[in-house]
Amino acid sequence: MLVDFNFRIIFEYLPLFLNGLKSTFLISIISIALALVTGIIACACRISDIKTLRYPAIAYIEIIRSTPLLVQIYFLYFGLPTLGLRVPEIQTGIIALMLNSGAYIAEIIRAGITSVDQGQLEAGTASGLNYFQRMRFIILPQALGVTIPPLLGQNIVLVKDSALLSLISVMELTRCGQTMTSERFMPAEAFFTVAFFYMCIYFCLKALADWSQRKLIFREAY
Amino acid sequence: MMGFYFSRLVEIYPFFLKGLWMTSKIAFISLVTCTLLGFILGIFRSSNNIILKRIVGVYVAFVRGTPFVVQIFIVFFILPEWGIQLDAFPAALLAMAIMGSAFICEIVAGGIDSISRGQWEAAASSGLTLIQQLRLVIVPQAMKVILPPLVGQYVLLIKDTSVVSVIGVMELTRVGWVTVVRIPEGLMVFSLVGALYFSISYPLILLSNYLERKMAVQ
Repeated sequence: MLVDFNFRIIFEYLPLFLNGLKSTFLISIISIALALVTGIIACACRISDIKTLRYPAIAYIEIIRSTPLLVQIYFLYFGLPTLGLRVPEIQTGIIALMLNSGAYIAEIIRAGITSVDQGQLEAGTASGLNYFQRMRFIILPQALGVTIPPLLGQNIVLVKDSALLSLISVMELTRCGQTMTSERFMPAEAFFTVAFFYMCIYFCLKALADWSQRKLIFREAY
Repeated sequence: MMGFYFSRLVEIYPFFLKGLWMTSKIAFISLVTCTLLGFILGIFRSSNNIILKRIVGVYVAFVRGTPFVVQIFIVFFILPEWGIQLDAFPAALLAMAIMGSAFICEIVAGGIDSISRGQWEAAASSGLTLIQQLRLVIVPQAMKVILPPLVGQYVLLIKDTSVVSVIGVMELTRVGWVTVVRIPEGLMVFSLVGALYFSISYPLILLSNYLERKMAVQ
């Protein structure tokens, strides 16, 4: 089965894979940063009392959560040109990842904020704190402890989701595997190498998520 | 121009329904197999047998640590090299079963671990066999913890069936992809595809939310 696994060819293609790893890394970091901003804005709209903000935010979150990421990617990839926008694939991909993760992050943050007991808010109001002070001193310090571990989990999901960008020919890690397969027809070597690199990223992020879970979740939230 | 494309789209609408049927078929078969395999693996994972636990742990880590596309490519391109020829459809089902069972396994193991030791001991001292302990005492109680994330996982699995389009299974996303080549209205075509996915997964999301509220109250 694996007796003729060819390591030489992997070393030959190593620069390509490292390049792919680098772009997966960059795409993920940019998308995570943008998704965090999108998520915070969407969550703020979602929990606001103003209906014109709340309903669009609900629609955005629910539509994103109930359609596959691949369909969202294709929607932007084939849809933006019909609107007359010529966007490079990599930017289309980053926008898709940002919109997709933004919706999930909005829900994670909302869960964190609603986990803070209503009585605490009332106590804050009774102590004469205004809205921003209540957010700053009462809600956020408690909500962050519950929010950060699932946020890091969402980052793991995003890195794995970025593999789908290979289908719109963004040159990232999975695409490198496809390239090597089509050039040399050695799918086993190509895709096990790709899997290996993803596993490396996964274990680093997982260790970080587990560490934050131990550190944060029981400190201030309960 | 838009109107012209719209009438073309109405013409090939049955094609989309065929895609929806294929997606539902893949989703249904893989939900059943993933649930069965996931429960078996989850019980192994929370068992006392260290070797069994480790093996399932490695399997879960491999599946959770790699993207589903890569897993599909591994199943579809590498099995033939080892002499196992699979068509696109069975390969898609196999990849879905491998991926889904690992995620469900973690949910089930988490549910079983949440049951206190005393329940096991009480069940054992009532003279129940291991299978009976699980079936009559542990799993019914663990179900309360398992069910809400399980339904959430079902939604994710249904959405992940879109990825099997990469190996050419004619399901909903693939239909959209084929259509957009003939009708260059990406927004319209993929809005339709998205709406069809929405019609399957949104009811399940609502069910998951409902279960979460209901189980939290008890």
